[in-house]
Amino acid sequence: MDGHDRGAKIIARALRDAGMEVIYTGLHQTPEQIVETALQEDADAVGISILSGAHMTLVPKIVDGLREHGLEDVLVVVGGTIPKPDIAALKERGVAEIFTPGAPVSDIVEFLKSKIPVGA
Amino acid sequence: MATTEDRSALNATETWHQELYERKPEREALLTTMSGLEVEPLYTPDNVDVDYERDLGYPGVFPYTRGVYPSMHRGKLWTMRQFAGFGTAEETNERFHYLLEHGQTGLSTAFDMPTLMGYDSDHPKSLGEVGREGVAIDSLEDMERLFEGIPLDQVSTSMTINAPAAMLLAFYICVAEEQGVPRDKLRGTIQTDILKEYIAQKEWIFPPEPSMRLCVDMIEFCANEVPRWHPVSISGYHIREAGSTAAQELAFTLADGFAYVEAAMERGLDVDAFAPRLSFFFNAHIDFFEEIAKYRAARRIWARELRDRYGARNPRSWLMRFHAQTAGVSLTAQQPQVNIVRTAVEALAAVLGGCQSLHTNSFDEALALPTEHAVKIALRTQQVLAHETGVPNTIDPLGGSYFVEDLTNRLEAEAYDYFDRIRRFGGVVPAIKENFFQREIAEASFRFQNEVERGERVIVGVNRYEDPDEKEIEILHIDPALEAQQIERVQALRVRRDAQAAEQALLRLKEDAVAERNLMPAMVDASKAYVTMGEMCDALREVWGVWRETPVF
Repeated sequence: MDGHDRGAKIIARALRDAGMEVIYTGLHQTPEQIVETALQEDADAVGISILSGAHMTLVPKIVDGLREHGLEDVLVVVGGTIPKPDIAALKERGVAEIFTPGAPVSDIVEFLKSKIPVGA
Repeated sequence: MATTEDRSALNATETWHQELYERKPEREALLTTMSGLEVEPLYTPDNVDVDYERDLGYPGVFPYTRGVYPSMHRGKLWTMRQFAGFGTAEETNERFHYLLEHGQTGLSTAFDMPTLMGYDSDHPKSLGEVGREGVAIDSLEDMERLFEGIPLDQVSTSMTINAPAAMLLAFYICVAEEQGVPRDKLRGTIQTDILKEYIAQKEWIFPPEPSMRLCVDMIEFCANEVPRWHPVSISGYHIREAGSTAAQELAFTLADGFAYVEAAMERGLDVDAFAPRLSFFFNAHIDFFEEIAKYRAARRIWARELRDRYGARNPRSWLMRFHAQTAGVSLTAQQPQVNIVRTAVEALAAVLGGCQSLHTNSFDEALALPTEHAVKIALRTQQVLAHETGVPNTIDPLGGSYFVEDLTNRLEAEAYDYFDRIRRFGGVVPAIKENFFQREIAEASFRFQNEVERGERVIVGVNRYEDPDEKEIEILHIDPALEAQQIERVQALRVRRDAQAAEQALLRLKEDAVAERNLMPAMVDASKAYVTMGEMCDALREVWGVWRETPVF
């Protein structure tokens, strides 16, 4: 339900500039809608921006939803105000990486480039 | 620019620049404002054009560049108004009492995401969000708890809510009535600024046209019934937080203000019947002088347009009174104590810029909602400015600074350029539908981020002076059990209330929506029947539909 889109838009644009195909779903997406989009667009990775504090509820639902649809290989990354203890917990739940405030955009681009096979 | 060939044409400042200044190279650094405005190394009477009477005048006198009131902070300090809200109404009520006991002079309510988006706590979309970013309010019952023990004729209350603002105002009026406080004694502000939601904050429900109609309903209702209330707080804060420049914040906010004035006048209201109750809300960002210039330019533009374009005759209609909040986006998660310094500088700019009320952010807010300890330091920052620095003793002390006057002029000129561009779209709403504002802001925010990435824009502790041995600080944790409690509470209310009365009240709300009657009376009655906020929003969703954005990046 989060209305913050400044960071998400910057990342989307930086990834596009780095040559990736980016589907920006827009705001206020439910976990079900995000899984549906990943399925339809045959996504390699799903990036979730969340600053509302609901990450511990919503992110595992997205990870589980992807798994249920057989999308085990889809990389899940999260950006936002995620407290340290929650970072460890989310990684255990299958999130590949979490970027917190101040993370350089170049780190995020490099991370995705290193994890996603070229031409995929 | 003059060249060395025609030296006689150089004024004294240009001669100084060529003969003395240019002898030494400048530092390798970005020497523009954070919004990208080029600035000269020195301002003198040679490069600033100001006509004192026309452009500045006196505090409390048109065009109000120097301040809206004759005595400004010498007569009355700004209201120290810390925004607070989390968990359920009880938790926030406790925080309100804490703040009032520590010398705060006004209340300001933050609502959680479901409330802001018009969903009750037990709606499936509310899962995980209840009470996280603010307080969860579903019904009049929650509002009664929120203001328990706080006499509403004694405090002024601000409520930061937009799409469902009308419902929350109705709840507030009902709580006052239960306390025996008549409507004309209520003082406060409700944000209601839906235009900046489409532009920047993105918490909308309905499409722009019915949303504007609902705003005008509130303006009209307050003008007649709640005369000391501010029904709209026209907000640049969120536009700036979304990444705009200072000039964009100024221009888009004032353009939104003009749009509300025009909409209310189209309803047939006299501009002087409502304009004195319009107020503003600006960001106080970290580029010190640019911010001060922004507030000064805003006062001058608003006064001129209200008087000359909209024909307001009451001088109170010309006053651009504003609340300021320090910039949330300037806070860093790294070395968070440094945020106390950033906030102090930003707050100083707001005070020097002549704000009427101020919220200072707490140093831990890049990590979570603030702890009581962090909130206390933020409030103390304002108290130091007010009582120790001597800053409030002189009105607009930077007026007449060649630099500040030039920046004021330039921001004003940039704002008028934007007004022309917006007019070419046919106004604010058509420009929103064309994604004009959204694109401009995304562009500015991307430019700034790139400057940070390249290290040209230094952020202490983030891209320079990092501390690898940083210790973690205590942050506020919201008890996840509160969500379940709140869900139970709203569900129990629906069982307990008079079902028939609630149903009838909802039916009337829909009828009034279709018949284009002012919706406030129906909402007050629905509140008394304990119809929930989400139910009222759902009824209007049926009539008006919902808004969907085509996102651009």
